[in-house]
Amino acid sequence: MTELTNLTVTQIRDGHRAGDFSAVEVAEAFNANVAGAKALNAFIVETPEHAIAAAKAADADRAAGTLKPLSGVPIGMKDLFATNGVQTTAASHMLEGFVPRYESTVSAKLWDAGCGMLGKLNLDQFAMGSSNETSYFGNVISPWKRKDGGNAALAPGGSSGGSSTAIAARLCPAATGTDTGGSIRQPAAFTGISGIKPTYGRCSRWGIVAFASSLDQAGPMARDVRDCAIMLENMAGFDPKDATSLNLPVPDWEAALSGDLKGKAVGIPKEYRLEGIDPDIDAMWDAGIAMLKDAGAEVVEISLPHTKYALPAYYIIAPAEASSNLARYDGVRYGLRDLPQGAGLQDMYAATRADGFGPEVKRRIMIGTYVLSAGFYDAYYTQAQKVRTLIARDFDAAFGACDVILAPTAPSAAFGLGEKMADPLAMYLNDVFAVPASLAGLPAMSVPAALNREGLPLGLQIIGKAFDEQGVLNAGLAIEERAGFNARAEKWW
Amino acid sequence: MSIDQATVRKIASLARIAISDAEAAAMEGELNGILGWVEQLGEVDVTGVEPMTAVIPNTLRLRDDVVDADPLTGGGRRDDVLANAPAPQHGFFGVPKVIE
Repeated sequence: MTELTNLTVTQIRDGHRAGDFSAVEVAEAFNANVAGAKALNAFIVETPEHAIAAAKAADADRAAGTLKPLSGVPIGMKDLFATNGVQTTAASHMLEGFVPRYESTVSAKLWDAGCGMLGKLNLDQFAMGSSNETSYFGNVISPWKRKDGGNAALAPGGSSGGSSTAIAARLCPAATGTDTGGSIRQPAAFTGISGIKPTYGRCSRWGIVAFASSLDQAGPMARDVRDCAIMLENMAGFDPKDATSLNLPVPDWEAALSGDLKGKAVGIPKEYRLEGIDPDIDAMWDAGIAMLKDAGAEVVEISLPHTKYALPAYYIIAPAEASSNLARYDGVRYGLRDLPQGAGLQDMYAATRADGFGPEVKRRIMIGTYVLSAGFYDAYYTQAQKVRTLIARDFDAAFGACDVILAPTAPSAAFGLGEKMADPLAMYLNDVFAVPASLAGLPAMSVPAALNREGLPLGLQIIGKAFDEQGVLNAGLAIEERAGFNARAEKWW
Repeated sequence: MSIDQATVRKIASLARIAISDAEAAAMEGELNGILGWVEQLGEVDVTGVEPMTAVIPNTLRLRDDVVDADPLTGGGRRDDVLANAPAPQHGFFGVPKVIE
């Protein structure tokens, strides 16, 4: 019998529908994998009973002829989504023990579509990080190892590192992620899976722990492009509870999938050719260009002249929004309270926040507070928002000459845990290719394209026009069909 | 423009985060590193450029003026609201005594 945990979302959905196996069998198989993978630390909370209950409902629905779009598919939920009755922490001490009395819109949609929850996935604290080393609940370990005879523990990427590790290690067939400046795409690239950040506003932010509200966007992570399309269809949609939600119908992305790119133009941004970059990254990029040509696309060079300013603008705007969003953690309404003996209200705030936030979160709140403070607001924050306008204009101009843009997802393969923690700037540079699309609100995805010389996966990124997730998915599919990426991490955990 | 430890302490106070002298010293170097790097934005010519306010054009909606239009975000949910409060008292959020 096929090993159920090797099946994709599509295969589980279709196999369950056809009666090849029961949803309970699938849920039990994934629950067992989750329970046996403590060494990866991908989950903060495991919820096998939730997965089993949804599976029983799926089996009953099949018998009754009332199957839902994702009946029988168990998934992982990034612990940034509020889940009713299940602890939601954003991987912080601040929210340890916080049990929401409501359900985020995105997770509610997935449960309504028939999914079950295997557990809440670890992440960088408040989604701030690129390696999953800022979680209060410990590092997530990538299932991948370098083929150098060593045994170094590698970063699964971040912030959705629990999601990427869990999918790569076959602990779940798909998971939710969120992407503020690359947090879906970079971990997908590091672990040899796919992930898409849709157009800003496609997925409701209601019930997602806020980091930088003008950038935060939920999206799916899965093993292939079709699975991403299916998941996204069941996550997206208008929500009156989110002021920036897009009031647009959700397209049938899966039905319109096509890797035939005849008549399409693919832009190659010359500014993304970085001096001194890993030659394996450039080689993968060139191979990707050849694949899209083979799929019938025309390849054109484009220019995104403000690319080098995207990261510095992001590291003003995102911390500024974070400092404002995270002001809500006051030790009064929910979450941690640290009340030193005899302390007043102000001291309680300061003690609670000193105790509840990790170093990277504090660093970003401090940066954000500074760039928004009187006397510095215009020089930093307003300037960054103007540069953001220019970055969005760069994309508008480029899309006059092309339909999608192809670039690497990250400037390197996965690095070792601890290698970049001493230098915040070196860590930030990891998102150099991911951040521009975030600043412009554009849909972008990462698909696995190759292994580097150390045997580690590398990802290609496709950036599309606003609202054109279909164009992104189709170009991703064209690469997937040609790259033939089927490598997986050998089990050591 | 670089910041000194006194400024670090002032920012921490504005952000309501208690920090020790050792943390302020470490933070001084880190924040200066990051601020020095973002200052390159100053070289971009932004003459006549409006600051970004919305990445995707959207209109600001008004909901119907109906009480509890969405029961999830409406009223009458005191127990839910207080369920995660660290020190609720008599149906309210509790705070330390404030004397002006």
